[in-house]
Amino acid sequence: MIWSRHNTSFLSRADSALTQVTGSTALVVAVLLGLVLLLLIKESGSVLSDGGWTSFFVSDGWYPQSDEYNLLPMLWATLAASLGAVLIALPLGVMSAVFSRFYAPAWMVNPLRRIMVLLAGIPSVVYGLWGLTVLVPLLGAWMPPGSSLLSAILILALMILPTVSLTSEAALSAVSPASLQGAAALGLSRKGVVLGVALPEARAGILTGALLATMRALGETMAVLMVAGNVVQTPGSLFDSVRVLTANIALEMPYATGDHRAALFASGLLLMMIVTLLAWLAGRQQGGDGRGHAHE
Amino acid sequence: MHMSKQSLSISDLNSFSGRSSTRLSGDVILTALVWVAATLVVGMFLWLLGDLFFHGFNKLSLSFLTDAPQNSGREGGIGTILVSTLLILGVALLATLPLGLGTAVYLSEFAGGKTGDKAKQLIRMSLNMLAGVPSIVFGLFGNALFCIWLDMGFSIWSGGLTLACMMLPLFISTTEAGLSSVSNEWRQGASALGLSHAAALWHVLLPAAAPAITAGLMLSIGRALAETAALIFTSGYVDRMPESLADSGRALSVHIYDMSMNVTGGDETAYGSALILIVMLVLISSVAVSLTNRFLAQRITPS
Repeated sequence: MIWSRHNTSFLSRADSALTQVTGSTALVVAVLLGLVLLLLIKESGSVLSDGGWTSFFVSDGWYPQSDEYNLLPMLWATLAASLGAVLIALPLGVMSAVFSRFYAPAWMVNPLRRIMVLLAGIPSVVYGLWGLTVLVPLLGAWMPPGSSLLSAILILALMILPTVSLTSEAALSAVSPASLQGAAALGLSRKGVVLGVALPEARAGILTGALLATMRALGETMAVLMVAGNVVQTPGSLFDSVRVLTANIALEMPYATGDHRAALFASGLLLMMIVTLLAWLAGRQQGGDGRGHAHE
Repeated sequence: MHMSKQSLSISDLNSFSGRSSTRLSGDVILTALVWVAATLVVGMFLWLLGDLFFHGFNKLSLSFLTDAPQNSGREGGIGTILVSTLLILGVALLATLPLGLGTAVYLSEFAGGKTGDKAKQLIRMSLNMLAGVPSIVFGLFGNALFCIWLDMGFSIWSGGLTLACMMLPLFISTTEAGLSSVSNEWRQGASALGLSHAAALWHVLLPAAAPAITAGLMLSIGRALAETAALIFTSGYVDRMPESLADSGRALSVHIYDMSMNVTGGDETAYGSALILIVMLVLISSVAVSLTNRFLAQRITPS
């Protein structure tokens, strides 16, 4: 930019006013994250203080009436549902991205991407509605009650599939044409090009997408709330009804008071910590990706 | 465009390369796998949309759009729900637009020097982290800050302002990208004409970036309309016509949730509402896409 930014005396009065106004809006935005964290910590203070947080992991269970707030069963449920969803969505998403990059007839590529973008924009509550009225009865006919860890996994997988597929496709598109041409010139079959060159080179991008999808699955509320049955228990099998952390907040927040409310805020804080950890990993992954391509 | 040509040339090359029979069978397996995966994905999609359409279609009528819900929503329409939804969205935009535009302009035009760079880094990091925060956590935050601390209760204000916090990261990043992709020659031209920075921004930069900004806005609106978890305990459940912004109002997405989970026999209304919501989202996203395309075309042609 050609305006000399350091030399403020050069700016007109309107300019310095504008700098101040926009700067203060930026300040508001900058403190927003801090404010979110601060409020979560403050509101969960009454159960966090005096080492009370250990009770989240050792008390008898989640019985708000008798001040027992064990988050572990719901934490396991959250992790199991998200992990299961990623295990299904990752191979499917990557394969459909490979399909549209290397196998699809040209006329199919654009409609496929449209479909993915549309799927990615469908509200979670609509996925939940469909899961509740179509998927759960189907599963229930096979293995009652139907509202289970499995239905949560399937709905979550469907929800994060577009994310995985779109980011994988972007990563595959970024593979340098030179390596693809080189591989083809060496006489590699299409399978060889895909498995030997394209996927390894796109690995970092695909992993970042997978981490983003995992974040989305961990933080998802409505879809899981509507299909998982919401019984607080450590999931023993795929067909057990489970309650995840997010669903617990949504279900109990409207009437929770005192320590109960504080425990819900604490579980929100826990969720945020897990998601932030993943975001940090994804950021590192991307940084690694950038370094990996630096030699080109 | 370039890339798709690339993939074609690879498949062309493949047809020339000699392949042993074992390689061929591996190739066939992989080809079959990716076709199955793609068919599965498209099949799921058609199943979902088909169900939405067939269940929701017979609910659709003009009176469904304008009437108030009756019998807990099983009968009547979603008129009051639509009004609440639009009011919540209006409040969210009222907060997002000035804050988002101001921050984006600051980040792309004003933040300079050592402190500016540090501020930029801090704001970007904060926005990135905010973008990943689960919506239910925004709900907790909105409930604590707006409903209780600021004493707004369950109201359209609380819900709208909570949504604004969620929309800001996306809106700021798209707006900033739009502003920084305006060619520097335009800035130089404006300053050669003796325009102040503020005037250049108003007359040159913002108009040039307008399609990108509007596209970002449309995407943010789409996200806000789809949001449910953050609204349940900020704007609340009340389904009658809101009398003021301090009233609780039920958003369309919350209506879908309530109809399918808490009201037996509400499934049909839920599907009707879901269909309306999807149609709104598709319209908004196609506007965003066409604006983005126009912006990209505009950017490439003049220079």
